[in-house]
Amino acid sequence: MATAIITDILETLLKSSNTTSFPAIREKAKTLALEKGLPEIKEEEYKFTAIQRKLEKSITDFSTAKNISLTTAHIQDALPEGYEGDFLVFNNGRVDLELSKLSKQGYEATLLSSSASDLFGTIAKNEKDVFTAINTSGFEDGIHIQVKKNQKVEKPIHLLFFNQTNEGQVIPTRVLIEIEENAEASFLENSISLDETPYFFNQVVEVKAAQNSKSHYAKLQNESRQAVSVSNFETNIYRDAVFSHTVISLNGDMVRNNLSLNLLDSGVEGNMYGLYLLNGKTHVDNHTNVDHTKPNSDSNELYKGILADSSRGVFNGKIFVRQDAQKTNAFQQNNNILLSEDATINTKPQLEIWADDVKCSHGCTTGQLDEEALFYLQARGIAKDQAKGLLLFAFAGEILEHISDEPFKNHITNLVKERLGSNI
Amino acid sequence: MLTIKNLHASIEGTPILKGINLEIKAGEIHAIMGPNGSGKSTLASVLAGREEYEVTEGEVNFKGKDLLDLAPEDRAREGVFLAFQYPVEIPGVSTTNFLRTAVNQVREYRGQDPLDAVKFLSVMKEKMKLVEIDQKLLSRSLNEGFSGGEKKRNEIFQMAMLEPTLSILDETDSGLDIDALKIVSNGVNKLKTSETATIVVTHYQRLLDYIVPDFVHVLYNGRIVKSGTKDLALELEEKGYDWIKEEADAASV
Repeated sequence: MATAIITDILETLLKSSNTTSFPAIREKAKTLALEKGLPEIKEEEYKFTAIQRKLEKSITDFSTAKNISLTTAHIQDALPEGYEGDFLVFNNGRVDLELSKLSKQGYEATLLSSSASDLFGTIAKNEKDVFTAINTSGFEDGIHIQVKKNQKVEKPIHLLFFNQTNEGQVIPTRVLIEIEENAEASFLENSISLDETPYFFNQVVEVKAAQNSKSHYAKLQNESRQAVSVSNFETNIYRDAVFSHTVISLNGDMVRNNLSLNLLDSGVEGNMYGLYLLNGKTHVDNHTNVDHTKPNSDSNELYKGILADSSRGVFNGKIFVRQDAQKTNAFQQNNNILLSEDATINTKPQLEIWADDVKCSHGCTTGQLDEEALFYLQARGIAKDQAKGLLLFAFAGEILEHISDEPFKNHITNLVKERLGSNI
Repeated sequence: MLTIKNLHASIEGTPILKGINLEIKAGEIHAIMGPNGSGKSTLASVLAGREEYEVTEGEVNFKGKDLLDLAPEDRAREGVFLAFQYPVEIPGVSTTNFLRTAVNQVREYRGQDPLDAVKFLSVMKEKMKLVEIDQKLLSRSLNEGFSGGEKKRNEIFQMAMLEPTLSILDETDSGLDIDALKIVSNGVNKLKTSETATIVVTHYQRLLDYIVPDFVHVLYNGRIVKSGTKDLALELEEKGYDWIKEEADAASV
């Protein structure tokens, strides 16, 4: 069964895609994907996320989505108010350099097909997740961003993914980010559904954070209620580098985020923050993975969820501490508030520690709104609904604090406040 | 101002208040004393509208309105203020933001214009002096990491900001040292006018040296078993609660 679907997908996808670059890598990925098939519900990694069934139902045509007509008006609408940084436009997954604004001050941005970087495909491994293999074999062209050695890119680079398909098609997209030694940069991402037609967004982002670099990637997921989205975000972090990732998930049909930080040397700091604010039937699954391979590196992870209606959240946080990785500090926390009896959260920390001199902690909580705090606010004259909004926003706000670009942060804050009914 | 008639309340089916009668007029200070578990804090909570308690009988009239019919926020807007025995810590909500929201919702209910940021700040500065509270504390998350004394001062500060007509101080003295007790009492006394009333719930007489009550009521087993003047509090301090319990137990047999 699985084989039939994967064959369908790949054949239709490849027939409709123009995939001339990286022929050898793509061919290998295709073979791998065909062997592996789509993840079934009995597979541990996709136990709570029936992605195969969802794809069968939502995606009627597995061909690659064609370009849509994009104008500067679309971009103006999508950029946060007051945003001053650069932006990179993706039209159904393909890079549109014409519509993008790239100052290229301190960095280079080239199409993957022309950069032909040796790094491509070496960070995100095809064997790790079948959707990476599908992406590798079927994406048309992507972007390679290179932040140059010793350069600080002052303003963020905003990746804007505009998505719209006819009858549920596939949108593969590929990004390779290289932050060279001592460089600093920050990236923002937003996916915008231009209508309510279903599509399958299949993203792979590879990041190399070289020695002593500092970078941050903040991502907003606020797609249509029909969007099925799988992202594989893989990061290799080298000596004394700091890398942080923040993801805010607000909307979608089924969203799966695989995020991996590979701490490949000492002195590394890797941070992962996430907020999922779900309602309706939205399903968001965050699978994170941090791999400590060398001594004296730190990782911090905090994911928070507020789930209403019959939404479902999944959190799986793996921490590996290899035998070499003495003096590791690894912290992980996942806190959830369920606002409805029909909402579900499946949360699972997974620690595998081979080193003996480490500090690791993890914890998760799931509960309702704090009634005592609610009463306290009411007793001061604040209406119950507003008091709820205030408390929920206070819970969520801790994650938003990690977004450093003010316009982007304000944009997300407004969406969050609107969702929580808190206009304070 | 406040009339409580035959008030019965229970929590999870267990009766705690078993027929409270109390009349409070503007300008008065009433102390409610009693041994642990007598129902003092329950009375305070029921008046403020805490939902866990179920009122099974009786009525409470506040300024001509049926208090029990109002949501907790509307009681606050009508002018009831409860200073919590255990003020709640709320991470992520700054005291200043929270109070501005509260003050403006109360003002809106009372038909007053909202205070803008500048005006709010100047009112705040003025009231801060009353309880000697530091502005730094107010920019932090509400009560988070505050010491016991700071939390209680913050309660009285909120009271000053909200200008209630009936203040209920629920064991405000518990956990306070003498200096903090003086500051808190001083604040309460300064806020007192002939238009407002205060209920002081306390286990100890000590607080009543600073906030001098017009009446003292002793609560035992869910009923007011004895009422008197401030001398009653002194007597309790000296003799403890046992004689009250014995009297009450004898009377109820």
